[in-house]
Amino acid sequence: MTPFTTVTGAAAPLMRPNTDTDVIIPIQRLTGTARDTLGRYAFEPLRYGADGAENPDFILNRPAFRSAPILIAGPNFGCGSSREGAVWALMGMGLRCVIAESFGDIFQGNCFQNGMLPVALPADAVERLARQAASGAPVTVDLASGTVTPPEGPPMPFTVAPLRREALLEGLDELGQTRKRSAEIAAWQERDRAARPWIWRETA
Amino acid sequence: MPTLLDRLWDPHVVADLGDGWSLLHIDRVLMHDLSGWRAMEEMRERGLAVAAPDLAFATPDHAVSTAPGRRGDSYGPGERLWSGLRDGAARNGIPFFDLGQVGQGIVHVMGPEMGITLPGTTLVCGDSHTCTNGGLGALAFGIGSSELVHVLATQVLRQRKPRAMRVRFEGRPGPGVTPKDLILHLIGRIGADGGAGHAVEFAGEAIRALSIEGRMTVCNMAIELGAKMGFVAPDETTFAYVAGRPFAPGGAMLDRALAQWRGLASDADAVFDREVVVDAAGIVPTVSWGTSPEHTIAIDAAIPAPGAAPDAERRAAWRAALDYMGLTPGRPIAGTPVDWVFIGSCTNSRMSDLREAAAVARGRKVAEGVRAWVVPGSEAVKRQAEAEGLDAVFRSAGFEWREPGCSLCVAANGERVPESARCASTSNRNFVGRQGPGARTHLMGPAMAAAAAVTGAIIDVRRLAA
Repeated sequence: MTPFTTVTGAAAPLMRPNTDTDVIIPIQRLTGTARDTLGRYAFEPLRYGADGAENPDFILNRPAFRSAPILIAGPNFGCGSSREGAVWALMGMGLRCVIAESFGDIFQGNCFQNGMLPVALPADAVERLARQAASGAPVTVDLASGTVTPPEGPPMPFTVAPLRREALLEGLDELGQTRKRSAEIAAWQERDRAARPWIWRETA
Repeated sequence: MPTLLDRLWDPHVVADLGDGWSLLHIDRVLMHDLSGWRAMEEMRERGLAVAAPDLAFATPDHAVSTAPGRRGDSYGPGERLWSGLRDGAARNGIPFFDLGQVGQGIVHVMGPEMGITLPGTTLVCGDSHTCTNGGLGALAFGIGSSELVHVLATQVLRQRKPRAMRVRFEGRPGPGVTPKDLILHLIGRIGADGGAGHAVEFAGEAIRALSIEGRMTVCNMAIELGAKMGFVAPDETTFAYVAGRPFAPGGAMLDRALAQWRGLASDADAVFDREVVVDAAGIVPTVSWGTSPEHTIAIDAAIPAPGAAPDAERRAAWRAALDYMGLTPGRPIAGTPVDWVFIGSCTNSRMSDLREAAAVARGRKVAEGVRAWVVPGSEAVKRQAEAEGLDAVFRSAGFEWREPGCSLCVAANGERVPESARCASTSNRNFVGRQGPGARTHLMGPAMAAAAAVTGAIIDVRRLAA
């Protein structure tokens, strides 16, 4: 996994609430598009018109935000479908961090699997940040110190579960970490086969 | 004083990882062609073996055609997903229910009907509507592709225990009010993030009175509340449903299981992080008007005006939704003409749903200019419906009777509602472009969708009853 330490750059405000993963990456792009080219289709229904031309009003099409590494979003960002392609598409267009009041649970989990940092801040902090970032002034997100530094004013603290934080900072592979516990898993399963034999198909 | 969440979660903790995180054992993995195929490919590329093939089950549903006479390659772009899932399952010793076989269907319809989903199990799938399986008292949740590979390779997941939330539907809904109305009403009331970070236990008299199929409809849309898990405490209705299913325990083994399953409930003095009480008797048939599942209103209400939205962001969102949907605020939602009707999806494609829709369709005709599809949730549902003659009822009314799959709920198989067309749909998401680019979705229950088909407009099905 790509480690995440710190990122500085333009932060595009996209304050609509409940941005779902169908809007982040439409389903037809998941059956016919290679994972590493999904970035072109991120936010497709918002980013392009029906004729395929760029929508000049969409925030990530504006010159100041075309290569923004940070997105500031309305609440419940990434709700809906579990498609991990949503994270791949956002990263494919250069985003590394999304700041919002809240996130879809599954989307949030998928971010951590891919080196994308979801930062949850209180609603008023998100709004303040969005106002300040609207000019394209740079924002810094630092995972080690747990702070978002806005264009003006003091750093805003955020927390990430220690387990997630460490994995992101080091770029740790979750599967590799779990495999170190294979003896514990085997022992649990051994007990479970006796306690709940109906779970295990060969004994049910 | 444990909650049902505690009783489902705690016994599955293989290791405590600190700060509320657990290494959680997963008892069941369901796989479909869209996410399962990708996971199978990644396993192969990385040289990973499936840790417990006897706990995994696969069937194609998303990217396969539902046209009569379909084959795995009928939808070209889905061919490699279907064959990749089939071959990956075979390579790893995982049962694969292919097109035309009992067991094929929408994974969340198939799991319960095959007895794969059991009370007290942890169950995952690379699909957000996995929460449907919670209707049986399972801890079931959707995961992404990376986590799917992780669970296939290890049979555990790293998870943080969610907060516990209970929604109690007190009282009984009136005639013509269905499980779909309960959940659409709830999401409209508490919002698309009303359950975020929580696992939701659905309880109360109105839930107790529901069939297992009805409970699955309610749990299906827990994710539309922002909750990745939703469940109902198993009871005698559940145990009667499970008994005799192909992969369910039988005989003495069932008795052993029942002894454990009977303990799966929240204590009377259990404390929840959030509790919501809903008066079920006050709920009427409910439909969506916008582009988020929280955009729902009673069938007798007017399309809302953006000025009534609670804040500036929602005002803008409502305005954009009304624009996308082509609706005028202030007008009654009833009477809005529809072009398409879709009866299907993991929300509403089981026998009780088809019977409910057929009761409305019987002796009536689909309105001129409306295309109406019925897509049974599984091969088993299809066969049972045909045995009851429901296919003939739908066909003679002018509905198309199709093969099992996700179809127009997610439009991943080339089947789409055309741009700007308005669809009365029994599915779960009215997102922008969900049923096809530019398609306009109105969520509702099966009888309401059938009523829209035969009248050509959104209508209160109770007014058709006479």
